[in-house]
Amino acid sequence: MIAHAIFFYVFSIIAVVSAVMVTVSKNTVHSVFFLILDFISISCLFIMIGAEFLGMIMLIVYVGAVAVLFLFVVMMLNVAQQKNQWFISKENSNHIPIGLLISVIIFFELIIVIGGWKYKPDLFDQGNLSIVNDVSNTHSLGMVLYTDYIHIFQISGMILLIAMIGAIVLTFRQREGVKKQSYLKQISRERAEGVEVVEVASNRGVKIDD
Amino acid sequence: MEYLDLIFQETYKILFLLVPVLVSVAMIVWLDRRVWAFVQKRQGPNVVGPFGLLQSLADALKYIFKEIIIPASSNKIIFILAPIITMTLALIAWAVIPFGVDQVLADINVGILYIFAVSSLGVYGIIMGGWASNSKYPFLGSIRSAAQMVSYEVSIGIIIINVLLCVGSLNLSDIVLAQKDMWFVIPLFPMFVIFFISALAETNRPPFDLPEAEAELVAGYQTEYSGMMYAMFWLGEYANILLMCALGSILFLGGWLSPIELYPFNLIPGALWLIFKILFLFILFALVKAIVPRYRYDQLMRLGWKIFLPLSLTYVVLTASYLFYFNLLPTN
Repeated sequence: MIAHAIFFYVFSIIAVVSAVMVTVSKNTVHSVFFLILDFISISCLFIMIGAEFLGMIMLIVYVGAVAVLFLFVVMMLNVAQQKNQWFISKENSNHIPIGLLISVIIFFELIIVIGGWKYKPDLFDQGNLSIVNDVSNTHSLGMVLYTDYIHIFQISGMILLIAMIGAIVLTFRQREGVKKQSYLKQISRERAEGVEVVEVASNRGVKIDD
Repeated sequence: MEYLDLIFQETYKILFLLVPVLVSVAMIVWLDRRVWAFVQKRQGPNVVGPFGLLQSLADALKYIFKEIIIPASSNKIIFILAPIITMTLALIAWAVIPFGVDQVLADINVGILYIFAVSSLGVYGIIMGGWASNSKYPFLGSIRSAAQMVSYEVSIGIIIINVLLCVGSLNLSDIVLAQKDMWFVIPLFPMFVIFFISALAETNRPPFDLPEAEAELVAGYQTEYSGMMYAMFWLGEYANILLMCALGSILFLGGWLSPIELYPFNLIPGALWLIFKILFLFILFALVKAIVPRYRYDQLMRLGWKIFLPLSLTYVVLTASYLFYFNLLPTN
């Protein structure tokens, strides 16, 4: 399969190069665009190994939703200029040791998690790994996700929900002096309360309050 | 040689799909203006060609010969990329639309997810165009439209889940074949209505065309574009509208199936039925454009998040429990 190999190399080279460009490029918005390119090429790789459902979900969730929010934040906060300044002046580089420390910690955490993970005992049997062709990708994923791993699935959903509520609580502020419109009031306004016909005496005019 | 043959074959197939789509996009622009005019008791474009059918061709010719102006302070690469991305994304989604039994370019198992993914990528053309223009109106317009498209995608996704519950497959041909006895528009009628309105919002059509609200934002993200690049945004938008109509007719109106399995209706090929349904939905789109005033932005967001999202979620629960209770869940 020469074509397969060519496509694999094209997509993986794009993925690696754009991952490097995310950190290297000076403009933050460009970084986010490279991140999106990275996500897209990775989902292409997923599709190439036959994990079509995973690839599509990757596109929908990461590219369609998460990266859009990234772009929003980066564009609105004007981070681009700050990053540019860091590149030019070398004084403001005391973030690097902290960043290194955090990345080392995450690296070791990943090693611990992967090393201590308990796999299903028959995972490494060759027979179990064979792909059944008459069951589609989505079906087989659903059958495993909602039976063997239902608790992990539910717990991760709960964690996401809690994170979402936490974010809302942190950012929600009751602002003073904001005029709000009530749709119900606006729609249910009748002609009688909106318009008033006044008999105006000639040459007198009429006094209008407020 | 084998590879070359394969590549040529696929190219023929792709051209056979893309050329009609592009031509019908041009025709649909004419139809849109025509319907819009008739509602307002005007004539609309009726000069170029018979009934003005060639109006879009004339417009395209004009756009091609106009100068492409790239603002000096813009981010040039992204500025040029934006319309290309919009156009490409609008066209590649057609690869999975089935026009009949086995009449489909790519019959993939996750067809509906593919369409959903591609339409959610459509935001990027707009964001990139608005940001790269380096100007206030385009930026505001693109931020608005991105927020709008992301919000309405959520409700479209949940409506799709409703349909998928009744089908039990993500393949678009399977979805059509599952409607052989009854189109999904009958049991899922409220979802069809919500899908239609969400599709209006998703494609930035009036009454939800806030990204290009000319009274507030000039032309939104398209303000700095000119010539062929503007035309590409335009073509991409109309191709997206057609795609949404096609998706609506596949999900709810039975795709290529004829309404009644009787003698005169059977003779018409399935592809024509699909085209009729797409046209029907598009004329509805055009009528809505002509008769409904534009929404305010906060009303738009409220409609998406506070009304459509809970309603469609409730309907998912309803559909699932109905199917479960009467033991109708599809098994395959």
